[in-house]
Amino acid sequence: MTDEEIKTTVLRMLGEIAPEADLAGIKPDVDFREQLDLDSMDLLNFVIAVDQELGVDIPESDYPRLGSLDAFVAYLSERLSASAADR
Amino acid sequence: MAEFVMPMLGADMSAGTLIAWRKQPGDTVTRGDIIAEVHTDKADIEVEVFTSGIVEKLLAEPGQQVPVGTPLAFIREDGKAPVAAAAPERVPPLEPGRLLISPSAKTLAAELGVDLAVVRGSGPGGRIQRRDVEAAAAAVAERPSPPAPPVAVEGEDRQAGMRRAIAAAMARSKREIPHFYLSEAIDMSAATRWLADENLHRPVQERLLPGVLMLKAVALALHEVPELNAVWQGERVVQSEAVHLGVAIFLRGGGLVAPALHDVDGQSLDELMHGFRDLVSRARAGSLRSSELSDPTITVTSLGERGAESVLPIVFPPQVAIVGLGRLVERPWVSEGQVLACPVVTATLAADHRVTDGHRAGAFLTTLARLLQEPDDL
Repeated sequence: MTDEEIKTTVLRMLGEIAPEADLAGIKPDVDFREQLDLDSMDLLNFVIAVDQELGVDIPESDYPRLGSLDAFVAYLSERLSASAADR
Repeated sequence: MAEFVMPMLGADMSAGTLIAWRKQPGDTVTRGDIIAEVHTDKADIEVEVFTSGIVEKLLAEPGQQVPVGTPLAFIREDGKAPVAAAAPERVPPLEPGRLLISPSAKTLAAELGVDLAVVRGSGPGGRIQRRDVEAAAAAVAERPSPPAPPVAVEGEDRQAGMRRAIAAAMARSKREIPHFYLSEAIDMSAATRWLADENLHRPVQERLLPGVLMLKAVALALHEVPELNAVWQGERVVQSEAVHLGVAIFLRGGGLVAPALHDVDGQSLDELMHGFRDLVSRARAGSLRSSELSDPTITVTSLGERGAESVLPIVFPPQVAIVGLGRLVERPWVSEGQVLACPVVTATLAADHRVTDGHRAGAFLTTLARLLQEPDDL
């Protein structure tokens, strides 16, 4: 999966969790939880969606790395690459 | 024959608009079934039926605005014979701006400050007469609530309705309830450690949120100070044996709702997490049930991770207490002569001084803090 594909997938999942949110206006280098007004329940639902759709189980200890959209995409890219290398 | 009436789904709800019937005449209903959908200022609600039987007759049409307490349907209870004769009339239309009303009744309503949208006309075709206005004014005077808020005007958006409903409930609360507040800073080291360890071993779908521990601890603490788990009715407090926690949920479009999680004290953390997740999801999707709005016996409001450090909440009438939880912050904490950096949450109890006092409220907060030191027991 390319970074662009990951980003598209992430934005779609965020749109499903927060349909009222303005995804078009999201700044990629700013905390997306703050921009979209996501709470801890939203984040959990998002992490569950990532696990189900991309097969990436994100431990709570990694949450601090998931601040911005760019950071999230980079994190997923790294995890997916590592997962592909293991196969 | 049992009446199914327009329920009161908020402290100051005076009328609701029937959106749709989910059951039709001849359908069998069991207590707890969804029988209708109703629009209120705050949300669209799935309304449950509290009688088991067969739907005999529907009295209102979708789109119709109906005052609280007005019969919407008749249900033949299990084992009872149908009542064929004396079929009740349908609820007369109640359309803002198109009311059937006599001029003198209209003048009287203006003098008495009666909201005509919630007056049921007894005249021909549902025409509102002076006696109807007088009866409505008397009913308002007897109710422990202020005059009903104005009915939504055409074109007004949902957000404005939400704000109006919150304004009415909160203004009533501040006007009628003598609030007092107590706060307690609680060391959350044990709870956060326990939660991190627990979640480490759980599949992502089964992880617990800190809020669930807080909800369970609040519910158990109420066993020690049960007078906080109550509603104020008329001029007296009615304590509830069941602990139905209202959970304040913010809505991204603005505003909030505080539906109930039922019987929280008897649920495991897993059950509670499942129910909490479902409740938040349905609150934001606009599919709450009537019992969830009418049943809370106390409310918990949490500012979450990005809120302020403490909150002094306003009691939701007719409840008599609310617990406000601030953001989890790291603070210096002195324990056994040592200064440690600890995760701390500030819990604030706002309570009705007609019902309880500072001594008992303090006991509640102390118990809450103690319970959170032993998360294994929650």
